[in-house]
Amino acid sequence: MASALFFYLFSVLAVASGASVILTKNPVHAVLFLILAFFNAAGLFVLLNAEFLAMLLVIVYVGAVSVLFLFVVMMLDVDFAELKAGFIKNAKIGALIGGLVLVELLALVGYKGLAVSPVMSPSSPVPAADSGITNTRALGEILYTKYVYYFEGAGLILLVAMIGAIVLTLKHRKGVKRQSISAQVARGPATGLEVVKVPSGGSVIPPPAKHPEAAE
Amino acid sequence: MDSSVLYVVAPELILAIGAISLLMLGVFTSNGEAAGRTVTWLSIAVLIATAIAVFQGSGSSLVFGGAFVSDGFTRFLKIVILIGAALTLLMTFDNFGRAKLLQFEYPVLVLLATLGMLMMVSANDLIALYLGLELQSLALYVIAAFKRDDVQSSEAGLKYFVLGALSSGMLLYGASMLYGVTGSTSYATIAAAATIPEMSTNIGLTFGLVFVLVGLAFKVAAVPFHMWTPDVYQGAPTPVTAFFAGAPKIAAMALLLRFTQAALPGIAPQWQQIVIFLAIASMVLGSFAAIGQNNIKRLLAYSSIGNVGFALIGLAANNTEGTAGVLIYLVIYVAMTLGAFACVLAMQRNGRNVESISDLSGLAKTNLTFATILAVLMFSLAGIPPLAGFWAKWYVFLPAIKAGLYPLSVIGVVTSVVGAYYYLRVVKIMFFDETAEGFSPPEGRTFAVMALSAAFVVAFVLPFVGGTVVDAATAAASVLVPAHP
Repeated sequence: MASALFFYLFSVLAVASGASVILTKNPVHAVLFLILAFFNAAGLFVLLNAEFLAMLLVIVYVGAVSVLFLFVVMMLDVDFAELKAGFIKNAKIGALIGGLVLVELLALVGYKGLAVSPVMSPSSPVPAADSGITNTRALGEILYTKYVYYFEGAGLILLVAMIGAIVLTLKHRKGVKRQSISAQVARGPATGLEVVKVPSGGSVIPPPAKHPEAAE
Repeated sequence: MDSSVLYVVAPELILAIGAISLLMLGVFTSNGEAAGRTVTWLSIAVLIATAIAVFQGSGSSLVFGGAFVSDGFTRFLKIVILIGAALTLLMTFDNFGRAKLLQFEYPVLVLLATLGMLMMVSANDLIALYLGLELQSLALYVIAAFKRDDVQSSEAGLKYFVLGALSSGMLLYGASMLYGVTGSTSYATIAAAATIPEMSTNIGLTFGLVFVLVGLAFKVAAVPFHMWTPDVYQGAPTPVTAFFAGAPKIAAMALLLRFTQAALPGIAPQWQQIVIFLAIASMVLGSFAAIGQNNIKRLLAYSSIGNVGFALIGLAANNTEGTAGVLIYLVIYVAMTLGAFACVLAMQRNGRNVESISDLSGLAKTNLTFATILAVLMFSLAGIPPLAGFWAKWYVFLPAIKAGLYPLSVIGVVTSVVGAYYYLRVVKIMFFDETAEGFSPPEGRTFAVMALSAAFVVAFVLPFVGGTVVDAATAAASVLVPAHP
């Protein structure tokens, strides 16, 4: 009873906030509604006993992705009206092509039906409820053993993504003055102070600064 | 997990650890250009070490719950991929050195892309397939845009990325359908499900097959999914284009071969139709669209589209000889393409690369060796006997005729005649046109690749060169057993 109540609460809120994401005028509000939608989806996962996915949703999507969205929305001056104009201009063609593919798929499925193979094994990989193994632990047990190949492969893909982002965007600009804390700390009276003898009536031109250039 | 797994994946491990260590070496070396040079040489060494490790393997083994397979077929293709990658790295020094692009990230990304290709070749599971493909593609997107201050290069990278992401989406959609109807991502289970009689008409299976094939056709640049190829080939820096045209095509064809013959032999007639259409469309477009090209890189892009079409004929035949034909075709194609791109790299005047076909005019009078090598490669690409290009076509047409695919074979022969026109036009321009200003003498390493490629193409007819390749390819192909021999 209580779980049904929570199910309806979470799903109604998720749908409502999802709709608000695309209906609100203010992009910052849209991102905030998106966060609300993520939280409600996480709640639905908890109801399904998938607490690991729920945690992941909150940590990854709310903690990282949505914050990134907020940064983009608040820091970049994106003209959303212009974006929408471009969307509306191409919407007819997109809708036509998408609609055609959808109609074709539906017609085929409706005509023949989508049967599932008899050899399909629907045996549940979820640990039994009374085994005392949480599903976080169950995932951890297979992620680093049975699926270690996929796990390492995905890790390499992320490494490539990181190298790529650095290669394509990092610019080594020359002549930028940066603070070098180690140089400042290492500076003592011997290097920071110079006693010069000023001839009477004359002047002293200071020698060019010998600060070590800040490392790139 | 027992340690015998490590022996099976030794080549991949060497490559992965090598790439990561070289990345660290590059990051902690302060001198940019010298580090780039050192890391490139070390990367070639890593590729050679990996090839040696591949040679050490024997027998056929399945590891990681059947996701990773190592057998004669994978070893053959891995060797070809590693040689192709090493030769393209060898060609980068001169060009990148002049363009001030000799950074250590490039060879590291090439190593990681090559690792992705090895994973693709060994993939025996839809998830492994996707991971390998994505590792390779992501590294390729980055190196396409490697000359980031150049608008064309950035455009090439972006175009490749957007269309590549679209194709990955299609592939995943198809893979999810296959998983949905068969209940497994493993090729073996999918094959078992697909051979059940009532499954042969299953609509979900057909959808999955079509979407996965669309995604893979994007990756091999088969028509009608080829649109990105000419722009990307033209825009990317030439050493990068040489890399694109070689090794990734082999890996994607290997995926296609194993996916169709190991996962879906039960519905062979369905994918055969699709492959036949892709082959015909690629051959026709590849030969007709290349006629009007003035840029040699665009010309070679259309040439590679046409060549993929020819290679697909062998797959359409769906028999062991056909698979062997595809493998032989790929080896010869890579040899010819690498040579042709080495020639493009050698087309430079006063330290600048030129890419227009008219720049080649009268080359025979200024540099006869260069002109002869390029002419040999063009004759071979056109399929003139007794050069290697002829034998490549011979070994894919013969199984197709045996399998009764007469219209496909006839269209193949006709388009190869049309294609001969534009290859021979290059030869005519070099030997019979007004002499243009000569090129600077080619750089030693680039010239070595040119000469090696031409020598392979000429010597293929000799039994100890061609015979070795054909025997190795036949042995490799016998691993995959099609349902209808």
